[in-house]
Amino acid sequence: MGVLLHVERGWLGGSSVRPTPPIRRAVELELKGITKQFAGVLANDDIDFRVAEGEIVALLGENGAGKTTLMNILYGLYTPTSGQVLIDGEPLELLSPADAIAAGIGMVHQHFMLVPVFTVAENIVLGDEPTKRLGWLDKRRARTTVREISSRYGLDVDPDSIIEDLPVGVQQRVEIIKVLEREARFVVFDEPTSVLTPAEVDKFFGVVRSLKNDGKGIIFISHKLGEALEIADRIVVMRRGKTVAEVVPDQVDEERLAELMVGRPVDLVVHKEEAQPAETVLSVENLVVLDDRQRRAVDGVSFEVRAGEILGIAGVQGNGQTELVQAVTGLRSALGGVVRLRGEDVTTASPRNIHKRDVAHVPEDRQRSGLVLQFTVTENVVLDSYYEAPISNGIQMDWDAARAQALRLVDEYDVRTPSVDELVSTLSGGNQQKVIVAREFDRDVVLVIASQPTRGIDVGSIEYIHSRIVEKRDQGSAVLIVSSELDEVMALSDRIIVLYQGRIAGEFDESATATEIGLAMLGGQGESEAS
Amino acid sequence: MTDDGPPPEGRSTGPQVEERVARITGIGTSLRRAVIVPALAVLTALLVGGVIIALTDLDTLSLWGDDPGEALRLTLGGISDAYKALFVGSLGSTRALTETLFAATPLILAGLAVAVGFQAGLFNIGVNGQMHIGGMAALWVGFSVTLPAVIHIPLAIVAAMIGGAIWGGIAGFLKARTGAHEVITTIMLNFIALFLVDFLLKTSVFQAPGRNDPLSQPVHPSSQFPTLGEYRLNIGFLIALAAVGFAWWLMYRSTIGFQFRTVGFNPDGGRYAGMNVAWVYVGVMAISGGLAGIAGTTQVLGLEPYRGISGFAGTIGFDAIALALLGRSHPVGVLFAGLLFGALRAGGREMQGAAGIPVDLVLVLQALVIVLIAAPELVRAIYRIKTPEEDTGPTISTGWGA
Amino acid sequence: MTSPPVTSEKTVQHRATPEQRRATVIGVLLVILGAFVFWVFGLGVESGITSVFNLSLPGERFQDLAWEVNSKWLAFFVAAILAFLGGFVLRRSHLRRTNLALAIGLGLLALAFLTWAAAGNSFSLVGMLRSTVVLSVAVTLGALCGLMCERVAVINIAIEGQLLTAAFVGTIMGSAWGVWAGLIGAMLTGAILGAVLAVLAIRFRVDQIIAGVVINIFALGLTSFLARRVLSEAQHLNSPGSFPSLKIPILGDIPVLGTMFFDHSLFVYATFILAIALHFGLFYTRWGLRSRSVGEHPKAADTVGINVYRTRYRNVILGGLIAGFGGAFLTLSQVSRFEENLTAGIGFIGLAAMIFGRWMPLGALGAGLVFGFARALQQKLGILGTPIPSEFLSMTPYIVTIIVVAGVVGRSRPPAADGKPYIKE
Repeated sequence: MGVLLHVERGWLGGSSVRPTPPIRRAVELELKGITKQFAGVLANDDIDFRVAEGEIVALLGENGAGKTTLMNILYGLYTPTSGQVLIDGEPLELLSPADAIAAGIGMVHQHFMLVPVFTVAENIVLGDEPTKRLGWLDKRRARTTVREISSRYGLDVDPDSIIEDLPVGVQQRVEIIKVLEREARFVVFDEPTSVLTPAEVDKFFGVVRSLKNDGKGIIFISHKLGEALEIADRIVVMRRGKTVAEVVPDQVDEERLAELMVGRPVDLVVHKEEAQPAETVLSVENLVVLDDRQRRAVDGVSFEVRAGEILGIAGVQGNGQTELVQAVTGLRSALGGVVRLRGEDVTTASPRNIHKRDVAHVPEDRQRSGLVLQFTVTENVVLDSYYEAPISNGIQMDWDAARAQALRLVDEYDVRTPSVDELVSTLSGGNQQKVIVAREFDRDVVLVIASQPTRGIDVGSIEYIHSRIVEKRDQGSAVLIVSSELDEVMALSDRIIVLYQGRIAGEFDESATATEIGLAMLGGQGESEAS
Repeated sequence: MTDDGPPPEGRSTGPQVEERVARITGIGTSLRRAVIVPALAVLTALLVGGVIIALTDLDTLSLWGDDPGEALRLTLGGISDAYKALFVGSLGSTRALTETLFAATPLILAGLAVAVGFQAGLFNIGVNGQMHIGGMAALWVGFSVTLPAVIHIPLAIVAAMIGGAIWGGIAGFLKARTGAHEVITTIMLNFIALFLVDFLLKTSVFQAPGRNDPLSQPVHPSSQFPTLGEYRLNIGFLIALAAVGFAWWLMYRSTIGFQFRTVGFNPDGGRYAGMNVAWVYVGVMAISGGLAGIAGTTQVLGLEPYRGISGFAGTIGFDAIALALLGRSHPVGVLFAGLLFGALRAGGREMQGAAGIPVDLVLVLQALVIVLIAAPELVRAIYRIKTPEEDTGPTISTGWGA
Repeated sequence: MTSPPVTSEKTVQHRATPEQRRATVIGVLLVILGAFVFWVFGLGVESGITSVFNLSLPGERFQDLAWEVNSKWLAFFVAAILAFLGGFVLRRSHLRRTNLALAIGLGLLALAFLTWAAAGNSFSLVGMLRSTVVLSVAVTLGALCGLMCERVAVINIAIEGQLLTAAFVGTIMGSAWGVWAGLIGAMLTGAILGAVLAVLAIRFRVDQIIAGVVINIFALGLTSFLARRVLSEAQHLNSPGSFPSLKIPILGDIPVLGTMFFDHSLFVYATFILAIALHFGLFYTRWGLRSRSVGEHPKAADTVGINVYRTRYRNVILGGLIAGFGGAFLTLSQVSRFEENLTAGIGFIGLAAMIFGRWMPLGALGAGLVFGFARALQQKLGILGTPIPSEFLSMTPYIVTIIVVAGVVGRSRPPAADGKPYIKE
């Protein structure tokens, strides 16, 4: 990484930019009085924010605090209701990303803005294509550009790979190169570490620091406290659309930051007793599952989950977790292998059949499959029991019974909604997730399968859902947790297995460290005590 | 999940009370939205229709240069004659009223067929073909057996439902098994049905004796729909009303209706909830096709000369799409939209007869109505109405669902 | 339900992948077709009878070229190859060759069918191939129009209406001011309807399929209305004349190929050139890269400064020009008068050709030729007087379309954002 620190700045293109003269005043990017009103929601409320060249500022806040909205305004994707963006004191008119790019602002989005079927080079030059006559693409020059930047910053990529074939970590490198190709002076990283393994995070921070030393102003958006403390020169905390604090890392610790972020003292640890594993509930043997593109997303996976224990599956997203859970819950047919539930072969069972065998499933994407957003809370609460008494007599629905059930669950599971007749789409992410948990947990289940159970929701809901999951374990259910948040897996699980490229890359008990597990997430053999 | 997804609690703007009522009962939506936009859409369509009539009046057009006053008088006269005929033919007399109800009968049934599909996220453009197949089945039952009317008519209708259900079910099956988009398959099945009818009508089973052209023998009087006295209005209209009630119960009260709507809004959610999405596709298309089949019976058992002719379903299957949109896919809405379109058709015939305006103008009017319904913003822009922006047109399909 | 015996623990049974299942289906199909050809086309024909395929048309430089073949033996030959292909596919060792085998098999099936239909008779093969090319033009242009739209994620099922209206306007303007005026008028009409679709889909975010249906109903209603009200009174407005045939020197004199490809009106040449040009445009130029990015991931395109809306408007309107060109072909080249609903579903078949051609211009051209062949077959078989009722022959293109969209010829991926409106805050 060290070689990267001495980079000539002439290629940045701006003629006024000279190689680091010590007295040169750093240019400042400033957001002033930004307010953004969405239909009914004040996402940003009179926010002031600034970042200078050569500085790393972390923008910290819970999911839904308004960080991404603020950055989308900076990047010209949203127009603010009021307020302005200034560079070097000059107001900018940012009507589209093209304006932001021209002003030297670049952004690495949380959900990568890459065209999956294009090559790396095509994605990088898109919008700024080198051409010959008649708009004919100069693919060779595109490749050269990519190679140049990637070797300069140690961002190793093959210009001719197709994006969708690449692991997310590499895709992120492509995003960074894309920003650098456009000669950005200020770079926004939106939740950049959520797709990386611990080792990759370290490497990524190296790149960020080299960018900083190269004179770029960095905005680092995150909800992870430790990372903000590690990388930032300054931390700005947002809560409910407002900036509530601005601190320097030396002056605060994680607990204080968490309190600022959430607005109350937060307990960062999941409390649970020692597991009391009993009989095997779920056993998976040599499971092979194809993904939509007919590749072996799960390639010979075997494991067991016993009653009264939580098995966590860790791994960077896209390593077969989705397909594994779909195969176990009957949503995707397995190409090979056996899934047994309490000893019975359920490999080819339908989702309904699995449900009837008392399995609760909290799906990975609540809006895509867990809920019908156009339905009310009531309708969603009966989504997988609509066909049986008391909700239905087999022919006709009993909406009164459904409503009564919804009222009870909303109360029992602390779902904050004005009424059970409210469309579920109007609820916050945390409350939507609670609706699912209520529906799935409200019966005696032998197995709980929860995929990304707390993705993108507020801390209060996270705490609540975690406690409910532990409760289910203590009541004797077997629990399978799949999460790409290593912290979450480690906090909840009694045992952990790591998936890497569809295979088990390591199995750990509670005492394993993040470093050990992180190594397995990269495909290195972890200290596997089971084998 | 995006960081700034749904609004935090306490700040959400819930839908108005009536919308919530609508969601639970399935009855109507906000009155303003249910009536004002459609009313303005119809009015606008009539205005544009007037312009089209004026622009296509060749005799008068040539007069504008010489005598603009006279030309203007003639033009306005032409338009008012046309619309007067439209009104007289639809509402102007008892006969006209029965004609409106008579014309509305197949439209309501076909509109329900489309609406049921819409509610389940399927776009059944194949009502035309399903009417043809259903109608042929009814026709066959109609002339091949002799029974008391109370048995004969229901039997013919059941046959039509089965015929239509099979034809619709094919598209549902193809979608379920292969992912073939129903829009394309149903359009193709329309053409195939059209040729199939032509072929069947020329076979010895169907063809009227001594004929060479595609024309069937007449059905037995016992299978003909009893009419209201001397008028053409017949029990088909009562069947249509019953179908409205059935469709309402099906979509909002029945258990399979809940499945249909779940899959319609979110097929992934349906699959997750243990529903058999493939079966839902087949089931919806079969029920939709069955309703279309009943619509088909009205064209052979409820209409002179009580025979099958080439292309007897006409454009009803396409009018039905407009109708379902106009009625916002709600059975009661479809009923009223059907009455309106029935009036347009009954009046349109009078317009063609009395004012010499080709009845195809009704198609143009319908197209304009759908556009304005599907793009309510357009109506608001034209009339500068301020209503909350949440209202967008219906969405049924995105992509070809590979 | 009991747990399976412990002995099977080690052997992991593998279920077939979708590709393998498909190969099985196609393999069996090929074998069945082979048997069918053997029984019906082979054994069903008396020995010694020949089929004569004429390979030249009257008035050509090389006259009286013909191919005479023993009807029975050709059928046996084809049946044998079909059986071989079926066996090859069933082995599932070369899954990528499944489609190739299917294509060869279907081509041979067509040949065997023709031989059977022409047994004891002579048949103008070159005439049919020529018709194939001519009849493919409107379908291909429709498919290219659809592709222009869908590559930027706007579903266009209004192609039918665009063709119909353009054909109508082309007729009137062609009759009034000559064929070139008709051509320009038709293309502009297609573009205007494209613009209407674009405004509805992009500006008003109307469901794109509804918008397309509306335009189709509107087009059918308006052209029928005007045909009855105006054309019936003013007959002189319904005889636009047609573009002349331009025989290309030298190339036009090549036997078979010359007649097939190089002796047509400008529409045929333009269609071929357009398909090739669009193919290169789409995959090798800046315009193409940007268009495709808008269709695959509009937000990504937006974040690099590409104007998503403008790109969509531009391509949908360009697509409209292409459809308008196709409409002009119908009334200014193929037939020289307008009739109500004269497109009769060509636009929808074009849509199927687009899917069949996997959203690629050259694929659309190939698919267009397949559909053209189906229609040419239907026309020419009427002349031969086969025992198949004409209605069934008329159904062929529509049945083929269903088979195509049902993915029997393999699944392909549409542009990822197809049909989804892009919403910017």
